[in-house]
Amino acid sequence: MATADKVDPVHQFIVNDLIPLGRVADMKLAFQNSSLFMFVAVALIIGFLLIGTRARKLVPGRMQSVVEMLYEFMAGTVRQVLGEEGMKFFPFVFSLFTFILALNLLGMVPYFFTVTSQIVVTASLALLVIFTVIIVGFVKNGIGFVKLFVPHGVPMVLLPLISLIEIISFFARPVSLSLRLFGNMLAGHIVLKVFAGFIGTLGAFGFFGVLGAIAPFLMTIAITALEFLVAFLQAFVFAVLTCVYLKDALHPHH
Amino acid sequence: MAETPQQGELSEALEQQAHGQHGDVFPPFDQTHFASQILWLAISFGLLYYLVSKVALPRVAGILEDRHDRIAWDLSEAERLKQESDDAVAAYEKALAEARDKAHAIARESHSRISAEVAAKRHDVEAGLAAKLATAEQRIGTIKADALAQVGDIASEATGAIVSTLVETEVSKDEIDGAVSAALAR
Repeated sequence: MATADKVDPVHQFIVNDLIPLGRVADMKLAFQNSSLFMFVAVALIIGFLLIGTRARKLVPGRMQSVVEMLYEFMAGTVRQVLGEEGMKFFPFVFSLFTFILALNLLGMVPYFFTVTSQIVVTASLALLVIFTVIIVGFVKNGIGFVKLFVPHGVPMVLLPLISLIEIISFFARPVSLSLRLFGNMLAGHIVLKVFAGFIGTLGAFGFFGVLGAIAPFLMTIAITALEFLVAFLQAFVFAVLTCVYLKDALHPHH
Repeated sequence: MAETPQQGELSEALEQQAHGQHGDVFPPFDQTHFASQILWLAISFGLLYYLVSKVALPRVAGILEDRHDRIAWDLSEAERLKQESDDAVAAYEKALAEARDKAHAIARESHSRISAEVAAKRHDVEAGLAAKLATAEQRIGTIKADALAQVGDIASEATGAIVSTLVETEVSKDEIDGAVSAALAR
């Protein structure tokens, strides 16, 4: 069973119930391994932010510099996309970015669970973003928010078609937002596991097997490096796209 | 669906078994754990958002703002000090220029005063010298006149003595005087 686990690249995505909490309205509730890692991520982020800034030094130390860099990096991104009035969404975007980044990076630790490889998690986050956009859009612009679907300067003949396309593209956003993160994390971890599995399988075939295992071993190293990049990049992409969608909510006119 | 508790437990057990084998369902698409995942995601992300927006980010923003304020204050302080030193330099140069002007004025004034004094003194001296020269010339004139007046007497005496030595006769003084004055007049 142990060897079967090792070569099975999908095993790592299984959600286990750590503490069953019973049923509510025909739904099984439990504290799961994914739940545990969500809270580990929250604890890491808050711990990092608070420990890094505990000295409140005028001239920052190493850790405080990193915290400030993270802050200014995200603040710069939000300000660049949304402008000064969009800074009230900065905590939201910052939370999304750090949360996804922490979950992605936690997933890189061997035997740790990758929460962002669960479609339900990425879809929930994407829906949270899109509902925020819709609510902010209507609160801020009233019914004028539907102008988002009516591009300026389009001939009347084409308007129904264009509006239909705009509406479809708007509702495709949460789908692409969730699938991008989910797909990247899932595929990356499967590939990593497959190549790592080759090492063990080939290594079992004696001397030449060990020799042949060098290739997948180097591949695993390379993919691991790539996955660290993807972990950061996907978190950043998610945050930036959130900013871009929020910009539509603030300024629905194209 | 009306389930008896036993049936529920049974189906749960079957689910767990299916979990262990995950034969038919790809784990991320296994819907049995969706509700829990969403629940814990909402709780954990809500907690993160609350702590980030209420505690962590204001703290970092506070630090950055303090530094920004401090730098701005330092810059304005430096600007103020620079302004002060510029003012001091300007004041110093103004004082220097004033002092130089004053010195020039004093030099010019004393120069003209001294040259006036010198001119006056020279004038006095020249006047004194001219007066002395005049008296001296006057004295020379009188002395010369006296001397010229005495020339006749001396000539008469010398004539009398020469005549008495040459002709050994006594010529009267009146005759000699007459001859001498006649000769002088010539």
